[in-house]
Amino acid sequence: MEKRHIVMLIVVAFICIIPLLIYNGLGEEQGYFGGADDKASQLIEETGYKPWFEPLWEPPSGEIESLFFAVQAAIGALIIGYVFGYYKGQQKTS
Amino acid sequence: MEGFLPWQWCILWYAISLPVIIYGIIRIMKVADELPESKPLLAVSGAFIFILSSLKMPSVTGSCSHPTGNGLGAILFGPWITTVMAAIVLIFQALLLAHGGLTTLGANTFSMGIIGPIFAWLTYKGSIKLNLPISIAVFLAAFLGDIMTYVTTSFQLALAFPTPNLIAAASKFMLIFAYTQVPLGVAEGLLTIVVFENILKLKPDITEKLNLLIRKPTSTR
Repeated sequence: MEKRHIVMLIVVAFICIIPLLIYNGLGEEQGYFGGADDKASQLIEETGYKPWFEPLWEPPSGEIESLFFAVQAAIGALIIGYVFGYYKGQQKTS
Repeated sequence: MEGFLPWQWCILWYAISLPVIIYGIIRIMKVADELPESKPLLAVSGAFIFILSSLKMPSVTGSCSHPTGNGLGAILFGPWITTVMAAIVLIFQALLLAHGGLTTLGANTFSMGIIGPIFAWLTYKGSIKLNLPISIAVFLAAFLGDIMTYVTTSFQLALAFPTPNLIAAASKFMLIFAYTQVPLGVAEGLLTIVVFENILKLKPDITEKLNLLIRKPTSTR
């Protein structure tokens, strides 16, 4: 991998780390690190609107939810890793 | 945000998004047929959306949100094919994660799969025409693809809940979504550069076949 790409990945890591440092010690009870979509839902519910449809199925716990998010990322990473490795191998043999 | 759009809006966004999804499927079959060597890149573009939209990242606003990943597909294959990929991810998240939603699927496909990719695609083409370096063009495209997705979401919610008026409502939702998204958009731009430039390095011939407007080094320098 090129050096500038490694630098870019490090910058991405810092983009995630900086908010963790700024709001260090604060949590969901204080209104931090929740989802932006939850905030929007709250704003809408304040207008008196009641959602008219419930999700067909909800992950029964945070653990199960994180399982599916991890599966989603793993599927993506598997495909990209496979294709890049395949291309790399092609390059070497040709 | 299942059930959070009044049903009339759900139907409207479905009515706009469904034809685009169908057109996108036709385009995918055409590309796969005419350029079979692009199939792995179709998979990579979809996979990139899978990864990025699963990463809920913290932002400097103190809220968390996730990038979209729609820039890569839009640059490589144009917006309509990306619409299909975004819809697949949105269905996965609606069914298994109670994230997004089935009633709001049309609206979310419109923002993440249509408007975001259109902006990403136009930005990429425009930047290349202006002779900007490829990495800058990719960065701007991916950044705007991400930001415009959430700007569109903000307007969609404001249209459904225009209290006290459309502009005030839009800026309220923008405050929640779009500002949170700025650092995430930067991260998305950088990640898209890394993946895109590695594709260029490994498969330089594909850029010409996909008509990516990248001039040969001999003609530019």
